[in-house]
Amino acid sequence: MSPELLIRLSLIILLLPLFSFLSLIFFGKRLSRQGDWLGTSVLFICLTLSFVVLYLKLTMFEEPISLTFKWLDFGNVPLIGFLQIYLGMVVDNLSAIMMVVVCIVSAFVHLFSIGYMKDDVRYSRYFAYLGIFTFSMLVIVLTNNFFTMYVGWELVGLSSYLLIGHWYEKKSASNAAIKAFVVNRIGDIGMFTGIMILYFTFRTFSFNAIFSAIQSGRIPMGSEAWLTAAGILIFCGAIGKSAQFPLHVWLPDAMEGPTPVSALIHAATMVAAGVYLVARTFPMMTADALLVIAYIGAVTAFISATIAIAQNDIKKVLAYSTISQLGYMVMGLGVGAFTAGFFHLTTHAMFKAGLFLGSGSVIYAMHHALHHQGDHHTDAQDIRNMGGLGKKMKITFFTFLMYTLAISGVPFTSGFLSKDEILAGTLAFGGLTGHYLIPIIGFLVAGLTAFYMFRLVIITFLGEHIDRNRIEHIHESPKTMTIPLICFAVLSFFAFFSFNPFGASAGWFYHAMERPMSVVPESVRATEIEIFEEALHHSHVPAMILSLSVAGLGILIAFATYKWKKINADAIAEKFNWLYKFLLNKWYFDELYGAVVVGGTLAVTRVLRWFDNNIIDGVVNGTASWTRAVVFGYTDHVKEQKTSASIFLILGGLVSVMVAFFVGQWFWAQQAIVSAIIMALLTGGLTFFFFWAGAGGFDLHVVDGLVNGVAYFSGFFGMIFRKFQTGKVQTYIIFVLLGVMVLFYVFR
Amino acid sequence: MQVGLTHYLILSAILFSLGIYGVVTRKNAILVLMGIELILNSANINFIAFSRYSGMQLDGQVIAVFVIILAAAEAAVALAIVLNIYQRFKTVNVDEINKLKE
Amino acid sequence: MSLFDIIFYFFAIVTLVSAGIVVFSRNIIYSAFSLLFTFFGVAGIYILLNADFIAVAQLLIYVGGILVLLLFGVMLTNKVISVDIKTGTVQTLPALLLVAMTAGSLCGIFYVTDWKIVQSVPEVSTTTYSLGEMFMTTYLLPFEVASVILLVALIGAVMIARRDKQE
Repeated sequence: MSPELLIRLSLIILLLPLFSFLSLIFFGKRLSRQGDWLGTSVLFICLTLSFVVLYLKLTMFEEPISLTFKWLDFGNVPLIGFLQIYLGMVVDNLSAIMMVVVCIVSAFVHLFSIGYMKDDVRYSRYFAYLGIFTFSMLVIVLTNNFFTMYVGWELVGLSSYLLIGHWYEKKSASNAAIKAFVVNRIGDIGMFTGIMILYFTFRTFSFNAIFSAIQSGRIPMGSEAWLTAAGILIFCGAIGKSAQFPLHVWLPDAMEGPTPVSALIHAATMVAAGVYLVARTFPMMTADALLVIAYIGAVTAFISATIAIAQNDIKKVLAYSTISQLGYMVMGLGVGAFTAGFFHLTTHAMFKAGLFLGSGSVIYAMHHALHHQGDHHTDAQDIRNMGGLGKKMKITFFTFLMYTLAISGVPFTSGFLSKDEILAGTLAFGGLTGHYLIPIIGFLVAGLTAFYMFRLVIITFLGEHIDRNRIEHIHESPKTMTIPLICFAVLSFFAFFSFNPFGASAGWFYHAMERPMSVVPESVRATEIEIFEEALHHSHVPAMILSLSVAGLGILIAFATYKWKKINADAIAEKFNWLYKFLLNKWYFDELYGAVVVGGTLAVTRVLRWFDNNIIDGVVNGTASWTRAVVFGYTDHVKEQKTSASIFLILGGLVSVMVAFFVGQWFWAQQAIVSAIIMALLTGGLTFFFFWAGAGGFDLHVVDGLVNGVAYFSGFFGMIFRKFQTGKVQTYIIFVLLGVMVLFYVFR
Repeated sequence: MQVGLTHYLILSAILFSLGIYGVVTRKNAILVLMGIELILNSANINFIAFSRYSGMQLDGQVIAVFVIILAAAEAAVALAIVLNIYQRFKTVNVDEINKLKE
Repeated sequence: MSLFDIIFYFFAIVTLVSAGIVVFSRNIIYSAFSLLFTFFGVAGIYILLNADFIAVAQLLIYVGGILVLLLFGVMLTNKVISVDIKTGTVQTLPALLLVAMTAGSLCGIFYVTDWKIVQSVPEVSTTTYSLGEMFMTTYLLPFEVASVILLVALIGAVMIARRDKQE
């Protein structure tokens, strides 16, 4: 039982999904059932192995285990010194836990997709893409350097594009895929710049090397401002990938992809990659960078929670809920509650994946019922078309309820533990630094979350279905779809993470994940761990009381509005129509971006087009007509050419006078008469030359003469050398031999 | 004088030159091939002579075996080509085979 | 003049004279048969050089294979009615000059150079075993590649020489 075993197991876990991808993409169609068993079984093997790795890491090895190898060796580069690039992977508690998260969600999504994507037009390719996505995600998780992380970053972006656009015949789906990729790319530019700043300062990509370098005092350009800038720029990548404000616009559109894809990528894993990045680079974040991160997280959480309460599509509600919860995680990391933020990532992965799979189960059942009725127009995802589904889809209903309890922060769930810790952290942060807006937003969003999630549950599962006929055809989904739901529901229970339902600190998770020491210089360091822990201790109980009351309030209002019909939601929407429209249209972000960014770019293109057409083409055309004038010169027939020739003469005369003048000036100092004669000669000569050129003599005599002369000489020598070409190989052999002999004697 | 390395080398040089003469001078394609065989044999003598006079290292002999193998392969293919040419042009006179395509 | 030298000169003269006949003769059949004697002479030289395996291989392959092949070629490509088949030469003079120059230069170089010779000859009885060992260890890859070449040559020769099917 050695550290190398863990590295080897991790390598196997990393490469198995890649193998699944390659097999399915090339041979998928030829396998039985198009190979879904291959992808699913590979992922379950990975899952088992990742559990083994996690267990071994937690129980047997304290220190992180890493594997590094030299990728490129440039030797002694002038001006820089010895330059090598080392890549590698690391297995520490952070990556081991994340690996388990990725494998659990991916394995169950594979299982779910067997039922959900039955009879799909590109079944095997779908599973192949799931495999490449899992591989790319594991690359991000297991790497120990920025370079490979960027590679994995781009690969997940690619996999996301492929999977969102799975039904690419639908224009909206392909547009959504492009939007996701482009918006991600914008974030990636920031991340790339950040990585480059770090590289050019430290000449290495490895995390540990950079952290120890910062600790020993080297910082970019010698100023803390640059270090903050680098931290924020790297966070830009997380803004793009984890759908934070202002780059959150791609996530709701990404719901065009199949629901299991939304569960895997846009709920549990890819969007968590941004949070993972912040967790990885946490030691090098200065206090200012962390503050920016916290605020962006808080703002994101707020904006998306407000949008979620007005949405009617079940997947859109969940999408905005995801953005909001991601904001929570980022906020948690920003205020310094490192373990809480990462803990929330883990618990959120479980229940959000469950929520999406549950909604997938609902959509599947609705599709079937509508198909039975022959209805192809009603939207199967609109919650206003649902209701009373709880009676017919018991498993889906109860598991969905469990997830909702978790996300709302109700005690005895894992979600309660993690959310509570984050809120306590924000309260402590507010108390320490005076930034009270963050905890206020935190608690407000907690209440909103409880409200809109229970609204979703009530409208979808409780009450009566609109269409009496349709409800008859609604059935519970097949076992391949309900088993993952049950598993995620079990994992949303508190017991997995701590045996104390009200405090996570006693659990194994908190012991495994400690906040890493910050390596930045004293002056820009965020609050020391000890001081923060103190404040956390004090704020724990108030935070719990506040969060419980706020969540209870949200649930109460939801029930009052939608179940007991005490409050009339439609009336409120009428009264605050402008607010309702604002929320329903997602704060008009897409329209804003469309007008400013897209419109701005188009305006720039118009300016450039004018420039290209008029100025550049003008110069080109002008040169062409000038040349034509030189060549053809003075002819009787064509009017334009007459004009150009006379223009030429005038120009020629002017130029020659000017040249003569300057030349004469130079000579003037020497001898008067000689210089005058030279000046006259020059003037005359130049004028005559230009006249002759204008008369088209240049082309006729000089240029053509040159060409003819060359042709004549080529012909002449050609005749002579022709004799040597007999076309017989044996002659050539003689020549070769002659050449060899000559060389012999030359080099003797 | 005692027969030494030089004698073998001179023998191979003369054989080589005769081979070249045969290749360059003959009109019949088969005779050209015979000249090529002479050249290969002279090279072989050279290799084996050096192998013998450098402390009996057998590398030279190994290479000589390879040369023989390749000479056989080459003779087979060359003769197949010559036969094919004969079918097409009804002659094996190298001067008259001067049409690349029919 | 030891016996060794006499035998050497005998085989050398056989080789050179036969090569000369191959190259200078007007009659194809004479050329082909003196090629036989050339090969025999060369085999003798090999024996003198302690290369027994190669000498026998030379006889087997060159005489038994290549020469027979050449003879077949000669027979199939000339309308053989009588024994003497005339053949001409081309560009003799320049070839003669150059070849003389080549031969002279090479011989001169070989004569003048101070070769590093290892005088003592270790007692090696047969080279077959050692050659086989070398083929299977140091020179394994060229050996395998050579077998592939032979396969390719075999297939190629058969394919090229087949009579085209009349369409």
